[in-house]
Amino acid sequence: MRTLAAALLLALAGSAFGQADEVAHPDPRVEARLKDLGEELRCLVCQNQTIADSAAPLALDLRNQIRTQIAQSRSDDEIRAYMVDRYGDFVLYKPPFKAATALLWVGPFALLAVGIGVLAVVLRRRKAPPAAPAAPETGARRAEVAALLEPDRAPPGKDR
Amino acid sequence: MKGLKYAIPLVLFAALVAFLAVGLTRDPREVPSPFIGKPAPQFKLTELAAPERTFGPEDMRGKVWLLNVWASWCVSCRVEHPLLVDMSKQALVPIVGLDYKDKRADGLQWLATHGDPYRLSAYDDEGKVGIDFGVYGVPETFVIDKQGVIRYKQIGPITKEALDKTILPLVRKLNG
Amino acid sequence: MIPELGHFALVVALSLAAAQAALSFTGAATGRHALMGASRPIAIGQFLFVAGAFAALAYAFVTSDFSVVNVVEHSNSKLPLQYRFAATWGSHEGSMLLWTLMLGGWTFAVALFSRHLPERLVARVLGVMGLVSAGFLLFILLTSDPFERLIPAAAEGHDLNPLLQDPGMVVHPPMLYMGYVGFSVAFAFAIAALLEGRLDAAWARWSRPWTTAAWCFLTLGIMMGSAWAYYELGWGGWWFWDPVENASFMPWLAGTALIHSLAVTEKRGTFRAWTVLLAIVAFSLSLVGTFLVRSGVLTSVHAFATDPRRGIFILLFLVVVVGGSLAIFAWRAPRVGLGSSFAPVSRESMLLANNVLLGVALAAVMLGTLYPLFLDALNLGKISVGPPYFDAVFFPLMAPAVFLMAVGPVASWKRARLPDLWIRLRWAFGVAVVAALLLPFLLGRWSPLIAFGLWLALWLVASAVAQLVQRLEAAPQATLGAKLRAQSLSWYGMTVAHLGIAVFILGVTIVKGYETERDLRMAPGQHTAIGGYDFEFKGVREVPGPNYTAIQGAFDIRRAGSPQVVRTLYPQKRMYPADGQTMTEAAIDTGLTRDLYVSLGEPVEGGAWGVRVYHKPFVDWIWGGCVLMALGGFLALADRRYRVKRAAAVPAGAAAQGAMP
Repeated sequence: MRTLAAALLLALAGSAFGQADEVAHPDPRVEARLKDLGEELRCLVCQNQTIADSAAPLALDLRNQIRTQIAQSRSDDEIRAYMVDRYGDFVLYKPPFKAATALLWVGPFALLAVGIGVLAVVLRRRKAPPAAPAAPETGARRAEVAALLEPDRAPPGKDR
Repeated sequence: MKGLKYAIPLVLFAALVAFLAVGLTRDPREVPSPFIGKPAPQFKLTELAAPERTFGPEDMRGKVWLLNVWASWCVSCRVEHPLLVDMSKQALVPIVGLDYKDKRADGLQWLATHGDPYRLSAYDDEGKVGIDFGVYGVPETFVIDKQGVIRYKQIGPITKEALDKTILPLVRKLNG
Repeated sequence: MIPELGHFALVVALSLAAAQAALSFTGAATGRHALMGASRPIAIGQFLFVAGAFAALAYAFVTSDFSVVNVVEHSNSKLPLQYRFAATWGSHEGSMLLWTLMLGGWTFAVALFSRHLPERLVARVLGVMGLVSAGFLLFILLTSDPFERLIPAAAEGHDLNPLLQDPGMVVHPPMLYMGYVGFSVAFAFAIAALLEGRLDAAWARWSRPWTTAAWCFLTLGIMMGSAWAYYELGWGGWWFWDPVENASFMPWLAGTALIHSLAVTEKRGTFRAWTVLLAIVAFSLSLVGTFLVRSGVLTSVHAFATDPRRGIFILLFLVVVVGGSLAIFAWRAPRVGLGSSFAPVSRESMLLANNVLLGVALAAVMLGTLYPLFLDALNLGKISVGPPYFDAVFFPLMAPAVFLMAVGPVASWKRARLPDLWIRLRWAFGVAVVAALLLPFLLGRWSPLIAFGLWLALWLVASAVAQLVQRLEAAPQATLGAKLRAQSLSWYGMTVAHLGIAVFILGVTIVKGYETERDLRMAPGQHTAIGGYDFEFKGVREVPGPNYTAIQGAFDIRRAGSPQVVRTLYPQKRMYPADGQTMTEAAIDTGLTRDLYVSLGEPVEGGAWGVRVYHKPFVDWIWGGCVLMALGGFLALADRRYRVKRAAAVPAGAAAQGAMP
């Protein structure tokens, strides 16, 4: 048991191919910015995880890289650009707005507009029963025509 | 005519199926390189076997060459290595290695064991140059032209097929 | 021997499912009672054989039969009993068998509880379900056989993925699949009705309980998945808009729209084409979700190991089932007719707006999930779409729907008047606005988003209270108790479910607005403060587990300024020797108003450890809200109208429309 535990500790300590341990920056504001940025960036070697949360060695390297850049007073946009230059748009969890992603960003709101339009049309159509024929009809004929026009109308249900 | 709107869901579904079918032929985890057609990032690293000497991409100006990212801890690298050794014997194209996040001694030992197809290997112990090239896995190989522009990136081990169908024809074309 | 029997049972089940489909449809088309009558017993038989196959696989896992490939790859003799059992569905093959078992179960339930329904309808419903079952069984037998043997047998298994060795694994997949698969019943009813050419209030009344039940299970299943991720993954998150999560959320959105649409069709006989389409869409989304998760087209932490053959099969299955049903819809829906009219302000119009908004939200989630695939297929590059997108798009779309949730139940059918609505709801509106403006100051800080979220939730609560008060005032009974008992369970169910949404929104708003985190190094004896509590790190020691060894940390928690230890938390880092994986097990102090959450990071020199400490206020309200939603659904199911059994008691309207010549 003791040797297993020791082995576990050693394995954990040396788990990252002999690279430097992750050292948090002494300034908590740097760490806070790292967290916010890291949660927007994708770990490329993981199955859908952010750079902030991944334990992968590459993610660790990139976190250190971001720390260095924050400490060098680079802006968030500059750091994102650094990542995109090297890894492409894939690394951003928030897709940039460009021609290829216009449909993605505009789509839901365009669909909302379409939906509201459909709603308006349906509401207008359902407002009044279908118009009675212009020519005067006898009572029986009127009933017959009405039945033909609305054959599937359900009897009014009980309003609970 | 009125009934046509009921066919809209079916049409949309057909489009979806078409996309899903194409999606089956793609690999969602493969990240294409944004460097294709762009100049290779500049760097200056020590050589693996000779720490007193340095190397940078401008040293290869005027030549078409391959930059192969490898490491002694990388299992897949062993799969492509014999191909690289073969290529270097036939002097098809100069290959420069980038030993990524490795220990100098381990890297040299690995080359001694498996063969050294490289003109030289640059030693990137922190992986910073790898990140600059957008490396996210090992092995990866870049084809760089005479002006220092990256023309192609092979993600994963070089297969015989990739070599014959893509890499060698491209090298020939770039050589003029 | 047992695995071979299991395999054989699957083959028999497949033939029975095929017979179930063939006989049912032939019988319904020709009106032959003998054929239609055969569908029930055959369906029951099919379920029994699938259950037998599942039992055989479970047996192989529980007895650690390492001559079965699936058991070797996903289990281990040291695995505790409950996880050996759960490992039955821990793989693609096993989970497909679970899917098929659930489908068989729902088929069995329909066969049992449909005596009062017209023979032709039942035959067609069972026929559709038989077709779907046959498809899944064929898929399993051709591409995903869980009973494949390993000869010679292995000495030991590779172990179940440590992340799955958790009570969550025992409950989450079965509950989730009960939901997904349950929508197949509504789907089958919809197809049967379309084929019949008869789509009316009676059909809606019959479909409703099945759909509501499936929705309840799906709600609970998703909730369990989220809660499990929260305490398992160690970073305190509970929803990532991961493709597999979205694959379960999209049927839920469709299902929610469906249960509301069914209510309108039942009460007013209208929205029929919408309702039928939603029933088809909800189950289709379950199937598309199955495709997305197992075909390899999308990357996800949840995705199963993939194989292109499986992807192609499922896609073909989708084309047949979904394409076929949408084609039937395109063909038959025009004959359905319009239904009754209603005013622009009425309960119908608000429910229609609700459907539209849920539909758009659903489309948005689908767009975001599939967009990377679309671009890649068109060779337009690779992008990622993650939480920043979904958060930005989903909440603005849902906010109006939530607002309407408070108004809809108050509006009358057919025609409501805005002034009446205002009179009924103005106090609720006022209280909600005032409370939402003031609460953030009490909680810590004010921000417009927090106030807005609080307002939406409080608006729902206030409206529910107003409704209850108005109903009690209008009730003719003498005592309060009698008045309360006189309200229908269906109304209570709706109100509880809507309150569940309010509780959920409160949880999300407060946690996102006020949670705090500390990410730091602690050596034994050091303290850190968070959320009004003090954490003292007491060091680590090793702790053996049944199939792992753990390094366990201890943290004493005290209220700030008090010397008394309120609780000690024991986060662990576990090493599983069977497959060499290391896993973090967070320690959480759960409370009604907050969670305190500690997880161990990496060890550093000097005996210190990287530690993450979280204070998450009201986070459990997120899952509490989901439980309330499901409870509301179950209450509605218990309503008296569904307990009326014999044909004689079927309401006159249904008898007039449902009876077959």
